[in-house]
Amino acid sequence: MKTITCQEIIDAVAKLCIEACHHLGDDVLKAFEDAAAKETAQGGKEILKLLTENARIAKEDNIPICQDTGFAVVFLEIGQQVKIEGGDINQAINEGVRLGYKKGYLRKSIVGHPLNRVNTGDNTPCVIHTTMVPGENIKITVAPKGGGSENMSALKMLKPAEGVEGVKEFIINTVKNAGPNPCPPLIVGVGIGGTMEKAAIMAKEALLRDIGSVNPQRDLAQLEDELLEEINKLGIGPQGLGGRTTALAVHIKTFGTHIASLPVAVNLNCHASRHKSVLL
Amino acid sequence: MTIIKISPPLTEDMVLNLRIGQQVLISGKIYTGRDAAHKRLVELIEKGEPLPVDFTGQIIYYVGPSPAKPGQVIGAAGPTTAGRMDTYTPKILEQGLKGMIGKGKRSQEVIESMKINKAVYFAAIGGAAALISKCIKKAEVVAYPELGPEAIYQLEVEDFPAIVVNDAYGGDLYTEGTKQYALD
Repeated sequence: MKTITCQEIIDAVAKLCIEACHHLGDDVLKAFEDAAAKETAQGGKEILKLLTENARIAKEDNIPICQDTGFAVVFLEIGQQVKIEGGDINQAINEGVRLGYKKGYLRKSIVGHPLNRVNTGDNTPCVIHTTMVPGENIKITVAPKGGGSENMSALKMLKPAEGVEGVKEFIINTVKNAGPNPCPPLIVGVGIGGTMEKAAIMAKEALLRDIGSVNPQRDLAQLEDELLEEINKLGIGPQGLGGRTTALAVHIKTFGTHIASLPVAVNLNCHASRHKSVLL
Repeated sequence: MTIIKISPPLTEDMVLNLRIGQQVLISGKIYTGRDAAHKRLVELIEKGEPLPVDFTGQIIYYVGPSPAKPGQVIGAAGPTTAGRMDTYTPKILEQGLKGMIGKGKRSQEVIESMKINKAVYFAAIGGAAALISKCIKKAEVVAYPELGPEAIYQLEVEDFPAIVVNDAYGGDLYTEGTKQYALD
């Protein structure tokens, strides 16, 4: 049995918030480069190069890649053999977000009540998804999620008879309807199956996968390739100004579902696909 | 295409000279404003009360910057989704506003209002907030400081790069650009 203190968790979360907002992953940077080489629209090509330049400035000057430093979405994987000491883990994570957003000069974008809309001033509450796993570690992932792309995400409960064709149509239409709004080129996270909320969480989890990684399930890998090709035929392009790079990747997760159901959730991520993890 | 340099206040002639796809570099004083500030401005207009800023010929940049670090003018400052302001925009255009900078689609009502009021909508690169912050030379809160990132700032910008997405003739670059590159 290993002991991890709440203070360690607070410090780790604060650091992850800052790193995630300032440093874009190498997989995303490589995807920009590859897309710029292939993009046929001259304007689109230039935009892709400017996104690389933007990421470089953010890293060198330690400023956020995007002013929308997002809703802090925290994925926790807690080992069964871990004892957490010194307080409530959920409070510790919120404290870490509070500290990270203050220390990192990150934008506080959260209102305490969706209807009264008063900014809490510290970017809390954050959203926490917790899973218990074997082992004696805690894995923490912080994924700041911007509002522009989140707003264009969608969920639909399809009829089982609509099958894979219905699923594809819904995903492509979601991207088409979103057009320029979610800041393409996008990473398209898809959750198929489970219940309504399970599909949505899977769609968000799918965004954490490295761009360029191949889905270990062969049928899903093929479906991802087909969807990426179809999405890039839409012509939306970088920033929606026209081009071949509407999405950099489509990532799909699936789960068993009810005989009556076929839920599909599409969580869109802008090109600033931010997430950082640590193992305690 | 040559890049046009523009500075507010914008006249009707300057606006009518701009067409979709035109790249511009904006220099001078512009204002920020997003959801909560727009709501307050329209409430004042509806009550017939004066606005905290005279928007005649001015440009509003839809942005909620991240906080400036000590010694910095402003934090990261890329455009936010313009469509969220659509409900309020026609009323602000009627006050003489001539330009808007944001990202993403505008509603048909806004496009019509831009034709009537002779105004233009520019897109800046969404998410390129570190890059854009470099052309902001000064930032000062001029209204609603209590709104934090949603306060109205007056910014002084130098060669702020943007592209005309909706012109005063009803043109829409998002529709045209997508059409040009769509396959099937």
